[in-house]
This record gives sequence, structure tokens and C-alpha cells, in this order.
Amino acid sequence: MGHRLAGLFQGRRRLQIGALLAGPIGWLVIGYLGSLALLLVAAFWSVDPLSGLTVKSFTLENFEALWNEPVYRTIVWRTIRTALLVTLTDAVIAFPIAFYMAKVASRRGKALLVVGILLPLWSSYLVKVYAWRTLLGTHGAINWALEPIGLHGPGYGTTAVWLVFSYLWLPYMILPIYAGLERIPDSLISASEDLGASPFTTFRRVILPLSFPAVVAGSIFTFSLTLGDYITPRLVSNDQFIGNVIFSNIANNQPFAAALAMVPIVVMIAYLLVARKLGAFEHV
Amino acid sequence: MRSKEGNPARAAWLVLAGLVVVMLTIAGCGGGGSDTTGGGSSDEALQKVGKGEGQLNLISWAGYVEPEWTKPFEQKTGCKVSDKEAGTSDEMVELMKTGQYDGVSASGNATARMVAAGTVAPVNTDLVPNYKTVFSDLKDQPYNTFEGVNYGIPHGRGANLLMWNGNDVKPAPDSWDVMFDPKIAAKYKGKISVYDESSYIADAAMYLKFHQPDLGIENPYELNEEQFNAAIELLKEQQANVGEYWSEAAKQISAFAGGDVTVGTTWQYQYFALKEEGAPVEASPASQGFLPKEGATGWSDTWMIAKDAKHPNCMYEWMNWIISPKANAQVAEYFGEAPAQELACKETANPSFCAEYHAEEPDFWKRVYYWETPLADCGNGEANCMDYNDWVKAWTSIKG
Repeated sequence: MGHRLAGLFQGRRRLQIGALLAGPIGWLVIGYLGSLALLLVAAFWSVDPLSGLTVKSFTLENFEALWNEPVYRTIVWRTIRTALLVTLTDAVIAFPIAFYMAKVASRRGKALLVVGILLPLWSSYLVKVYAWRTLLGTHGAINWALEPIGLHGPGYGTTAVWLVFSYLWLPYMILPIYAGLERIPDSLISASEDLGASPFTTFRRVILPLSFPAVVAGSIFTFSLTLGDYITPRLVSNDQFIGNVIFSNIANNQPFAAALAMVPIVVMIAYLLVARKLGAFEHV
Repeated sequence: MRSKEGNPARAAWLVLAGLVVVMLTIAGCGGGGSDTTGGGSSDEALQKVGKGEGQLNLISWAGYVEPEWTKPFEQKTGCKVSDKEAGTSDEMVELMKTGQYDGVSASGNATARMVAAGTVAPVNTDLVPNYKTVFSDLKDQPYNTFEGVNYGIPHGRGANLLMWNGNDVKPAPDSWDVMFDPKIAAKYKGKISVYDESSYIADAAMYLKFHQPDLGIENPYELNEEQFNAAIELLKEQQANVGEYWSEAAKQISAFAGGDVTVGTTWQYQYFALKEEGAPVEASPASQGFLPKEGATGWSDTWMIAKDAKHPNCMYEWMNWIISPKANAQVAEYFGEAPAQELACKETANPSFCAEYHAEEPDFWKRVYYWETPLADCGNGEANCMDYNDWVKAWTSIKG
């Protein structure tokens, strides 16, 4: 039997690959995309107000409600704005660190920095957010440190959300940029110097264009993670993000929650298309 | 380094197109049909409790199913208890839809939804001997009895508290003014702590019922559009003064302990936890002994049995056990609520427990508005009330 099976695959390359990929692709299509599709189909259904059971007939009322209520536009815009701001902040902080790691630090220093960046990822997300909650509190460490110079910390609110997100997702920005910078041969930088370019020109004309796709790749993480999060805003502010509204609707009005879930998906598709134009997928 | 096996972007588009096709197919197949099943009015309640099935799967509020009174139950009946704690009423409604549980300790803002969804069955109270001595003002209430049919066994009740920091709020308030009156609340701008759920709209309605009688609010959970809008207005005004909205108890505890908020609405649990930490908090009714003058919202919980319970005999045994005098006293003291069982008052470790929690004073409870599910049907034969989905959407717009 085993021999016959082996014989069947013998020399048939397509069959070999097909058998090998059937499992993972089947999982992807049925388990992952299938359940996602099911969830999103619900966006075109409605709900019986009393029982919370889904009425499976086609309707656009969820999208109309989404469009007509100004509060949802405010929330969507707030979410996107924060995601962009966090991405920008992380890019600005991450680039020098990644550059130092890739081009300046000794072998040992590099290893230490990598560990230092990865270490926070080992502790629970919730622990980190609650830690920030304590830091930002009225009698927290930030106010305590700023008090002698007559200043106040931001307290809870929109600024706190921006701070905490920027902290949480920073490693996801540093690592891709580091990998991108590692790939730039030192000889290119030397050549630029030999041809008389100032360090700034070298950075602007050589390093930045070559590492930009890596920055965009990192930004996909920071942007999408912020877009989908709802726990951080809930713990350090009163701001509602898209995720918070999905959460408060999911139990009793799944169709409306599903319609809301379409928004970040559409935003993310648009973002990925722009990222592709900027070359984020060229070197991965 | 681009892969030679075609363009990844094209592959992504193909996957996306596939997704859309699958979606449209499912939407098309489901079209026209309706999955809603009617209420369980035709279901028969159990007629006789037989031998236990050896297992019992419950959904409960934290603190309702603890070893202290669950172990003796297991020894007596042979029903092994496995408990799933839920954090909100919405979560309980969702969990019951899975059909994996025998029973649930539902608050009044979940019971009607479960009955309508057909996930729970009527309860034959004759099979629950301890039911006879349950406080009579807990029996046959709109949140546990539907069209004259009993759907559960009362567990216990309590009022939501007005809590404040004794050092910052003086004199001790005797009204919800400190949170709702624009002038008084402005003194605590940014220091007010509010429960983050749509059911909090009822707190505003209760306040208006007292202060604006011409709105004609009877029941803060049955609001017509005009009454509802008045409550929403009040909450939008309040929003400017709110320091934090809380839904996790831990979040509110840390805010009160850290001095981020000084006055707010809370539960017995947070009050106990803060007292234990030594925080200078006081609360009405907990430490004052009386309700704020407008009354308070509150909860009255009900043990309900799942429609397709796999262990119905064990569930009946449990419903009888949890309102037996000893067990009901234990759970009430552990959680900090008034017991449902009259005879429990003789069994409490603290002899004055029932007096402190007003368990035996029907007049006290007349001003406590137990959580209910807001329904379009106002209870007066008219269907012009705002329903639960309206409440959820309004709550989103209040917070902005």
C-alpha cells in the first residue's frame, strides 16, 4: 500500500505540492476566511430587538445607521487619527535606535539591545497597560516626578492613549527597520562618502530610500494593532475606539457589530494598497 | 528578491475576491428566512425531580458559586459543580445561547432576553421546597415571571451604591445631586466615576422621576421617546464632569484608591475592597444605612434553568440548595447582598446582617429599581418605549 502510494506521487510534482499544501490552505480558506466571511455576512442581516436573535434577511440598515449617526464618524476618525499618530511617533523613535543597532553598536551591544527590545513582549499586554494606568494616575510616578518643576502629567485621556500605544507597539517598528538597515551594505555608505556627500545627504539620498520599505512594513504593524485595539482606550481614557463600539454591540446586536467591523477592514485594505505602492512588500 | 511564482498582490486580490464570493453566497442562501424562534411559553416545566445526573454546569456572577457552600452540595447530591463566571449580563445572554449550561444566575436586565431567545425554561416552584419561605416581594416579579409563568428562583438583591471619598466630599451627600445636578456636580469636575453600560441611563431616569415629575416617568426602564431624550440630555451634561467610566471593578478600585475620582456609582464589591485597603470611602446605603433620596437602581438575581439542560435534576437540586437558609446566608454575606430566603436571616455569621442590608424591610426595596431589560412594549399595552438597542446606541453617543 505504502509503495503504491509512493508510486502515485513519483515524479508528479504538482500532486506532491498539492498534497503538501492541502492542509494549510484548507485551514486558511475554511477555518480562517470562512469564519470571517460568516461574521461579515451578518452585517447585512438584522436583529430581533427583544431576543437578540439574528433575522437572516438582507438589509442595509446597519450601514445606514453607521452613516447617519455623526458619533460613529467621530469615533472612526479618532481611531484612524490615533493609529496614524502612533505610527509616526514609533517611526521617529524607532529609526535612530534601529540605525544604532544595525550600523554602530558592537556585536555585544547589538545583542543587548535586541534582548532589551524583545523583553517587554514577554510580559502580558494587560500588565503593561495597568502599569501605565498606575504611572499616569493623579498620585502616580509621572506626576510625582514632574511636581518639583511645577508641571503636571497628562493624566488619563487622549494623550495617555497615544503614549501607551506608542510604548506598546514600538518593538514591532524597531525590528523590521533594523532588519531593513542590516541589509544595506556598508560599502554603499562608504561610496557615498567617497563621492563627497555629507552625512545628511548620505542619509537622505542613500539610507532613507533603501530602508523606507522597512519603515512602511513596520508601520503596518503599528497601524493595524492600534486600529483594532479596544482595551487600552478603555483603561487609560474615556475615548471610544471602533473596537469599543463593536464590543458594546456584539452581545445584543451582532449584525451592527459586524457592519462596524467592516470599517477597519476597509481602512486596512486601503492602507495596504498604499504600502504596496511605497514598496513595503518588495523585500520581504 | 521578489518571488518568481507570480505577484503577491494579485494573490491577495484573488483571496479577497474569493471572500466576497463566499459572503454573497451565504447571504443569498440565508435570504428571506428568519431564525427567530418564539418565546418558550409552550414549554413544560419539569414535573418530578429524579436522581441527580452527577454533573452541573453553571454560569454565575463572581462570588455566587464558592466552595464554602458548593462542596456540601456536591457531597449531598453527588452533582459535581462546574462554574463559569460572567462579567456582564450581555455575556450571560451570549453564553446561554451556546446551550452548554444547565443554569444561570441572571439579573433582571438579562432574564427577559433569555426567555425571548428561548434559552431558558419555566421552573416548577413546587419542586423547590425552600421557595415557600422566599420573601414574598421577590416572587412573581416582572423580571422573573412572564405571562404568569415562573421562570426562576430568586437568589438575592441589592442596591447600587453612591460612593464617595470621605476626605473630599463634605458633608456626606444624601442625594445623587453630586453626580447629576450641573451646579453641584461641577464641584467634582473630572472626579466623577460612572458605570459604563447602557443600563446607567436608568439612573438618570430615576433622578428625573424624582426631580421632574411632570415628565411622568413611572419605571426608569420603561421610557417613551420624550422621557428617554430627557435622560440622555442629562447624561450628556454629566459627561463633561465625568472623570472615568468604569466597567471592570478593578479599574474603579484603582481610580478611587489613587485619588483619580472622588464620587461615583458603585457596587458592594468595590466598596468592600476599598475599605479593606484602608481607603477613606463611604457609601449610601452601605455605610449610611439609607438610600439617596431619589432611591437607587439595583439588582435582583434569579437562578434560571436552561431549556435543554442536560442535568435538569441537578439544577433543581441546586436551585433548592442555594436558597436553603444556611447556603443563602453564606452567599449573601460573602457577596454583600440581601438574601432571598427569610430563614437565612437566622443563619448569618453576623447576627445583624439582615438588618444592615434591610433584607426584611419591604418599604426599603420599594425605592430600589431592579435592573430590567428595556423593551419596546411599555407594559401599559403601548409599544412606544425605547428598546435595548436604542439604549446601547444612545450610550455610545453620550460618551462620544
